[in-house]
Amino acid sequence: MALLNDLINLDLTDSTKKIIAEYIWIGGSGMDLRSKARTLPKPESDPKKLPKWNYDGSSTGQAPGEDSEVILYPQAIFKDPFRGGNNILVMCDAYTPAGEPIPTNKRHAAAKIFSNPEVEKEVPWYGIEQEYTLLQKDINWPLGWPKGGFPGPQGPYYCGIGADKAFGRDVVDAHYKACLYAGINISGINGEVMPGQWEFQVGPSVGISAGDEVWAARYILERITEIAGVVVSFDPKPIPGDWNGAGAHTNYSTKSMRDEGGYEIIKKAIEKLGLRHKEHIAAYGEGNERRLTGRHETANIHTFKWGVANRGASIRVGRDTEQEGKGYFEDRRPASNMDPYVVTSMIAETTLLL
Amino acid sequence: MEDLLNLDVSPYTDRIIAEYIWIGGSGTDVRSKSRTISKPVEHPSELPKWNYDGSSTGQAPGEDSEVILHPQAIFKDPFRGGNNILVICDAYTPQGEPIPTNKRAKAAEIFSDPKVVAQVPWFGIEQEYTLLQPNVNWPLGWPVGGYPGPQGPYYCGAGADKSFGRDISDAHYKACLYAGINISGTNGEVMPGQWEFQVGPSVGIEAGDHIWCARYLLERITEQAGVVLTLDPKPIEGDWNGAGCHTNYSTITMREDGGFEVIKKAILNLSLRHKEHISAYGEGNERRLTGKHETASINQFSWGVANRGCSIRVGRDTEKAGKGYLEDRRPASNMDPYTVTGLLAETTILWEPSLEAEALAAQKLALNV
Repeated sequence: MALLNDLINLDLTDSTKKIIAEYIWIGGSGMDLRSKARTLPKPESDPKKLPKWNYDGSSTGQAPGEDSEVILYPQAIFKDPFRGGNNILVMCDAYTPAGEPIPTNKRHAAAKIFSNPEVEKEVPWYGIEQEYTLLQKDINWPLGWPKGGFPGPQGPYYCGIGADKAFGRDVVDAHYKACLYAGINISGINGEVMPGQWEFQVGPSVGISAGDEVWAARYILERITEIAGVVVSFDPKPIPGDWNGAGAHTNYSTKSMRDEGGYEIIKKAIEKLGLRHKEHIAAYGEGNERRLTGRHETANIHTFKWGVANRGASIRVGRDTEQEGKGYFEDRRPASNMDPYVVTSMIAETTLLL
Repeated sequence: MEDLLNLDVSPYTDRIIAEYIWIGGSGTDVRSKSRTISKPVEHPSELPKWNYDGSSTGQAPGEDSEVILHPQAIFKDPFRGGNNILVICDAYTPQGEPIPTNKRAKAAEIFSDPKVVAQVPWFGIEQEYTLLQPNVNWPLGWPVGGYPGPQGPYYCGAGADKSFGRDISDAHYKACLYAGINISGTNGEVMPGQWEFQVGPSVGIEAGDHIWCARYLLERITEQAGVVLTLDPKPIEGDWNGAGCHTNYSTITMREDGGFEVIKKAILNLSLRHKEHISAYGEGNERRLTGKHETASINQFSWGVANRGCSIRVGRDTEKAGKGYLEDRRPASNMDPYTVTGLLAETTILWEPSLEAEALAAQKLALNV
């Protein structure tokens, strides 16, 4: 099928100025990503200059059939690693024809929080550690696990190498380069504690761009697993029992936390988070109660506690932050299926606006 | 072998290869054969007429089998590259009469009528299609002998468990852009293994030429990929979407201020010729237009803003701006675009209902025009 590949990789820049823009949005479940492509007359790098579009909301559980149009507003542009050339991926959010964000649009409220002057002046940074599990297609059992059975217990797999310890590295490495190409601020990857589980990190990103970049990275990951013939799962506890869950630890700092004396600011912020533990937990991902058990490097879902270098805490502060008296902290509560718009803006709101 | 297939012969010769493409006896089977042309050409009129064996395509008897090909549109050949071309043709008897399966000739007549020319009719055609596994003719990605999970996750979806055959859709998109086809977008469809591409806006007869060339490219690409293309309007019975060829349409007066009134008048005319249109909108459409799965029932004409369960849908932005276009959702995926585009132009620009018929229809549809 060499000729099919030639067509897929065709560089059109010699034949036309037209580009292909893949508009991406979040569907009715809050986790399903959808996309479709359109031709634009010439290259574009400013999302504000891209046309609004619409899609059939009745096919994604987001609108009734008799009034099915949902409008897409382009918000962020990334280079398309699959089509190359000047072709682009466009992260969008969804509105009614009357201009109201639809209920599943979490970006809109987050953008409002991030444009609040009290938040803006603190320049909030986020580093998000997205964990995920690869599953074998059709049987939905983790990649590398024997069908109908289990691999040896956790221990050798974290950052491991070797055909008996690392399952699916191709997907992870292809994803890393694809994200760098796309212009996503991907800062690293590693093999995780449970075999078949991996992690990538995005950041430090400022404000709303954290959410845009994580969603774009998730989209690229799902496209790559599609090519590889494996299934990606963002379930926070894919296998019950003595196997790690999957989280999306969110590292956070503000300008004041990064300046001299920042450690006191950090402690105050953590206190505020402690007072809103229930609200945050409710927004930190469906099914998180199966993951936050107090074992497997988590804190129990009902308990809020923090500690330096403590992976069994809700919030962990790094030793270097403690030593230098300034830095950032890590909220370890969010599940892998959290919505980054919700989590990042909620942390900003709780620590800066309330 | 690849090196030979991809050989760029232009440093060695001026000659080019022209692939002549025509529609066969069923009205949906596409045929082609190639010939060498002495040098690159700009316009179809520079290309020689040709002929083929009509008795092998159900279009002529054996004792008088020659059918003449008239070149009508040129596209760049994405398979051969260089200066090589694809040529969309239509078919005539040696005496110069269009053969019965030639729907382009009639459409070209309609589109050269001065009244139609003055209206600058635009078409945006949404071609849906289904990919099948070879030999079993079961949709791509479906378990053989069984069914996938119900519709919901597949529309515009990504992932190995939701999207089957994206390579074909993506290769096709670039191939069409390279060829010079006015392809405006693609998306994964509601039924798994089903896809859509859109061509337009194209003016008049071009719409048909571009769609047929795009269909040809799609079938050549599926041939390479080893999957089977079907344009059947209801490939799988039951709670699975059918495949359509929604045709978006506007004239210059619809696109100008006050256009919404012109659109409503057009819808009125269309409502009075529903049976004629339906009979020309594709074989087997009655299996698809059931009133479920985002269709209107085949026996009833309806229209509505943003309503995907209607025969004709008008977009919210057209309603808001007071001008724009309409979407005829009735055509099946196997429709002939020459026929459908020609008929839309004819019914809305050249045909007039009687005053009583018009008044009655206006009442029925609640349209004040």
